[in-house]
Amino acid sequence: MRFDSLLDSVGRTPLVGLPRLSPAPTGDRPVRLWAKLEQDNPTGSVKDRAALYMVAQAEKEGLLRPGVTVLEPTSGNTGISLAMVCKLRGYRLVCVMPENTSTERRQLLTMYGAEIVASPAAGGSNQAVAVAKELAAQNPDWVMLYQYGNPANALAHYETTGPEILEDLPSITHFVAGLGTTGTLMGTGRYLRENVPGVRVIAAEPRYGELVYGLRNIDEGFVPELYDGSVLTSRFSVGPREAVRRTRQLVEEEGIFAGISTGAILHAALGEAMKCVKNGEPADIAFVVCDAGWKYLSTGAYAGTIEEAEAALEGQLWA
Amino acid sequence: MAIEVRIPTILRSYTGGEKVVEGQGGTLSALLDDLESRHGGLKERLITPDGGLHRFVNVYVNDEDVRFLGSLETRLSDGDSVTVLPAVAGGAR
Repeated sequence: MRFDSLLDSVGRTPLVGLPRLSPAPTGDRPVRLWAKLEQDNPTGSVKDRAALYMVAQAEKEGLLRPGVTVLEPTSGNTGISLAMVCKLRGYRLVCVMPENTSTERRQLLTMYGAEIVASPAAGGSNQAVAVAKELAAQNPDWVMLYQYGNPANALAHYETTGPEILEDLPSITHFVAGLGTTGTLMGTGRYLRENVPGVRVIAAEPRYGELVYGLRNIDEGFVPELYDGSVLTSRFSVGPREAVRRTRQLVEEEGIFAGISTGAILHAALGEAMKCVKNGEPADIAFVVCDAGWKYLSTGAYAGTIEEAEAALEGQLWA
Repeated sequence: MAIEVRIPTILRSYTGGEKVVEGQGGTLSALLDDLESRHGGLKERLITPDGGLHRFVNVYVNDEDVRFLGSLETRLSDGDSVTVLPAVAGGAR
């Protein structure tokens, strides 16, 4: 495949079957799993889609001109995607990140020329969002794309991820993805619901260690503006133990080296698959591989026992 | 009938510092009433005055969000595990 530039190569990622992990890969009532390999995007994550759409939309609205400063709260992938897009389009990027995100992500961002503002680890992503909002108020000429509330984030998936999956898998019965900004689930979910009667849209939400939730006041909680629960049919909370176990299983059995959040998504997908087997329902379940494992090697999730990995992830934003 | 309920750090002032408490009830609503009898004040942190789940509170039964199961009327049975968590922004997304 040939493209005029890196930006033109975003999307159109492979959808691959998982013949070993699928509970019933063949037979008259197959229950099959399909992985959408988003690590094949230019910066290695699903976030390239949203970053490109959000920047293109801001350009259309006349908000961006060369040299302008773009600001974004992100704990990693969105920042890296935006850093690449901003570099190629000539914008300066400031990322607000919790200080407890992995060193690989910081180094990558720095290499792309992005500036990092650290927000307190104890406040997690909620605090990164709050700090970014303060910075935006202090610097009215900066442009905050704000992935949690920017409709272009979900639109990217409505216009690209959803149609790609349906084209490759017309028999799809379930779509499973991670719940962060909720853009992937809202966009892809809406597209599939409009085109596939009865399709189930399932969210896998990471459940972090207690240190991450910390002493956060419940009244100051955060639900992304993009989130619309009516798009989903169910929502599962997946802890680090299951996420790590499935991440490892995905490498060991299918050769796919994914990030930890993908393990959480696979866990939810397998749970649904087992229900289908039990009910004698055939199913084609597509799930999102958000990124590869490289950026998370330093978290300790890929070495030692599951218990050691689980302990290492305590206090980290692993998804 | 015993149901295990995991309490987030921020709400442990109502459970005497306990991380996990036990309760009973055939529905989530009944379980919360039962917990309230021993851990007064907890219920009003989870439920709004008009009787719905607080927007920034997520409750899971066996890891599934109750908003997709039946909210406060979600059926519970012996051995179920209930987890209460504050809503947080997504991570690496």
